[in-house]
Amino acid sequence: MNVVVCVKRVPETGEAEVNITEDGKNIKGDKLVYDINETDNYALEEALRLKERLGGSLTVVSVGGEDADEQLRTCLAKGADSAIRLDDNKFVGSDGFAIARILCAAIKDLNADLVLTGCMASDDGYAQVGVQLAAMLGLPHATLVTDIHIENTTAEVRCELEGGLATVFEIELPAVIAVQTGINEPRYASFRGIKEAMSREIKVLGLCDLPLNEDDVGEAGSRIRVEKLFIPPVEKMAQLLEGSAEETASELASILKEKGLI
Amino acid sequence: MKEILCLAEHRSGELRDISLELLGKAGELAEKLGAEVSAVLLGHNVDGFAQQLSTRAKKVLVVEDDKLADFNQAAYQKVLSHLIGEHKPVLTMIGHTAFGMDLAPSLAVETDLPLATDCIGLEVQDGKLFAIRQMYGGKVNAQVSFPGATQHLVTVRQGVFPIGESKLNGEVAAVASPLTEEIECKKFIRYVEAEAGEVDITQADIIVSVGRGIKKKENIPIVEELADCLGGVVACSRPVVDSEWLPKERLVGQSGNTVKPKLYLAVGISGAFQHIMGMRSSETIIAINKDHNAPILNIADYGVVDDLSSVVPLLSAKIREVKGE
Repeated sequence: MNVVVCVKRVPETGEAEVNITEDGKNIKGDKLVYDINETDNYALEEALRLKERLGGSLTVVSVGGEDADEQLRTCLAKGADSAIRLDDNKFVGSDGFAIARILCAAIKDLNADLVLTGCMASDDGYAQVGVQLAAMLGLPHATLVTDIHIENTTAEVRCELEGGLATVFEIELPAVIAVQTGINEPRYASFRGIKEAMSREIKVLGLCDLPLNEDDVGEAGSRIRVEKLFIPPVEKMAQLLEGSAEETASELASILKEKGLI
Repeated sequence: MKEILCLAEHRSGELRDISLELLGKAGELAEKLGAEVSAVLLGHNVDGFAQQLSTRAKKVLVVEDDKLADFNQAAYQKVLSHLIGEHKPVLTMIGHTAFGMDLAPSLAVETDLPLATDCIGLEVQDGKLFAIRQMYGGKVNAQVSFPGATQHLVTVRQGVFPIGESKLNGEVAAVASPLTEEIECKKFIRYVEAEAGEVDITQADIIVSVGRGIKKKENIPIVEELADCLGGVVACSRPVVDSEWLPKERLVGQSGNTVKPKLYLAVGISGAFQHIMGMRSSETIIAINKDHNAPILNIADYGVVDDLSSVVPLLSAKIREVKGE
């Protein structure tokens, strides 16, 4: 079984301070720590497990600059067979639709039985690339997937809904499956794997290597445009308690007492 | 007349709130765009929903087909692309729900419509539509345009727009189903209900909830101790369940439980909207987080910006002291 996994390098902004650039179009990325997008990491793990069980090849693909080699090497270190990075100046400014188109151009000739992606990128939050990639490849898809069972040419997938409910769908392979966090427990790369991955080849493909025109990618190929970023208006800021941990703990206890909660 | 289409969403015999939230917002946009609002209802035996929707939309387009009884993106997409082709709506609105996330992106490709997902705001300026959506886990908002577009597709976050007034008496119009055969490539098999656990956190008056900031499983006992002091239960946000540090029955948020306790004490929870949706109606919210930019502080009543591993044990001790234990 040939599996392709799409991964994205994203900044870790969960606990970091996020500042907007002067032109208001981007965030300042230089002080941030970068990592593989969380749901993509689960997709990779799922692919590694499928490969271990069913054999075949595992290719990782990423749209990104040279920096993304770091994430692709981690994928190789964990057991991916090959890595492709899609990189071109012309790709800059692509929206989710244009990214899906770039991925589609690279993946359609890879003969994949299954394409796995994360269900959402933690930076732009689009939650659309995997599903659009499927539509462009002309393949069925499922998203928010928390369980995959492959039987011959069918995948039975469990898709998460709201409120603890889930749906089970059967989809025909080849297909694109966008996975949700928690589907598995992602492994860490071994020290030896990391060392070996350092010297592995990462194939880099640009616009001229792909069946795409300039107008298909970047801002020209995008359907939406980010006009400006801004810090969300605060509706009601919490009353912040100041002081040492000892002092704030004490104050919290008094507040709880006052409210009759203790 | 221009038209706005809003996809009604229903599940297991219930019309979901997002359907009415979409119609409320669509009504407001319709005035600015010079458009009329039509609800789109796909399903089997859904007359009751059609009546409900008709009080909030000028028209309800009903496609009745047993192949649409349960949500199946592939079937829904065929019907919607057909309707969009016929009606050429200026705007099509779908909930940014699990169904919407499955459907809207591929529908956008098929119909060649520009898509903005997970919108928390929609505004019209000089006749042009702009969407507001969040990025970087809610730390940044983005204003997004649709360059050159005359038709738009958006998915809208749940619980953001209020449910519109029911003051209309819209026309219910049956549309013949364009589905001719079963969809073979994607089949709905069944729903899976959440497993009931030992504790029903929705019944608790006091909840101490723990998030990614707890760092490792070995630290969970400090929040259990705090919950114990308060006579409450321990709940958590998604990363804690994903790491299997606590069972899924303890999950608060969009994909888990919605809770409304007297006290919600969020420990090491940054406050992604998926989590906020499940707890924002709590009476008193206290957040302990080391990040002063954590979105949870925007909805909490009280906040402590500090390391949870020092504050939490001290708080437990203080509470025991106050209680005279």
